[in-house]
Amino acid sequence: MSDTVRLIEVKEDILADNNAMAKALNDELTQSKTCLVNLMASPGAGKTTTILATLEKIKNDLKVGVMEADIDSMVDAEKIAASGTEAIQIRTGGFCHMDATMVRTGLEAMDFGRFDLVILENVGNLVCPAEFETGAHINAMILSVPEGDDKPLKYPLMFSICQVLLINKIDYLELSDFNLDLFRQRVLSINPNITIFEISSRTGQGIGPWADWLKDRVKTITK
Amino acid sequence: MHELPVINSILSVVLKHAEANQVQKVVTIYLQVGAMSDLEDTWMQQYFDHLSKGGVAEGAKLVIERMPVVMRCNSCGHSFEINIKDGTKPVCPSCSGEKHSLVSGREYIIKNMEVL
Repeated sequence: MSDTVRLIEVKEDILADNNAMAKALNDELTQSKTCLVNLMASPGAGKTTTILATLEKIKNDLKVGVMEADIDSMVDAEKIAASGTEAIQIRTGGFCHMDATMVRTGLEAMDFGRFDLVILENVGNLVCPAEFETGAHINAMILSVPEGDDKPLKYPLMFSICQVLLINKIDYLELSDFNLDLFRQRVLSINPNITIFEISSRTGQGIGPWADWLKDRVKTITK
Repeated sequence: MHELPVINSILSVVLKHAEANQVQKVVTIYLQVGAMSDLEDTWMQQYFDHLSKGGVAEGAKLVIERMPVVMRCNSCGHSFEINIKDGTKPVCPSCSGEKHSLVSGREYIIKNMEVL
């Protein structure tokens, strides 16, 4: 009997537990009128700089907190805190993404109900953060011009799960062979509903329209 | 490294079902993985081999079936497969609509497993 091969039906989604936790967290956030934005990008795409530039445009209208996730450092949270916005640092201890449980721990530690908007700066990579739902109302990503226009072909899942895409370092466009039209076409082929902004968090170009869009969305979600 | 958390989740589901069915050894695990996934089959197997050492799932083979990316047209409701690697804008073959929603293509499902 023991050497007979049996077939067991499983039919289980392996991300189901995390998805359920993310859904519960999202409901709780909505009830407490707090919008959570999950910001994802590669290392060096300009996540922290973009958050700083965005905060300048929205901090008079919204009470904002920032949750920084890094494998093992404090530098990002220190930069945000120096700008006058409350920030918390989560060290993922080697994990390359945040899952819903880690996000809940961070949100509870910062007493999230006080905020209109919490921006989660996820760990820098375009793979794992796309797989694990965080409970966020808005998935946002940054792709910077120096990374190249082929990234939607290499990381389709990331581009497919985001509602908004910021093309950063747009001031670098002239110096590169990045094809903006081709890039947009590649992104829209995977995600026709995505909203795209061209920005430079260094010069401030394009930050205004993105910040207005964000304020508008936060007001809709938290009303 | 990116495969690790996903494989860990697979292993815990496998072990849960193995225990519930008094399994002595897991031989094969049949997975359905959406074509949106960036994880490579070879690496998934290597991480699985590493994580499953010393348990009933040690040595089990992962058989990975890639599931197509399917969109549903927002205008007419028609569902159709797309090739995400060719980078062309998908147009609904039924009504030529250009706005669609993702129906499937990002799943990680353990379909079934062969056990002793």
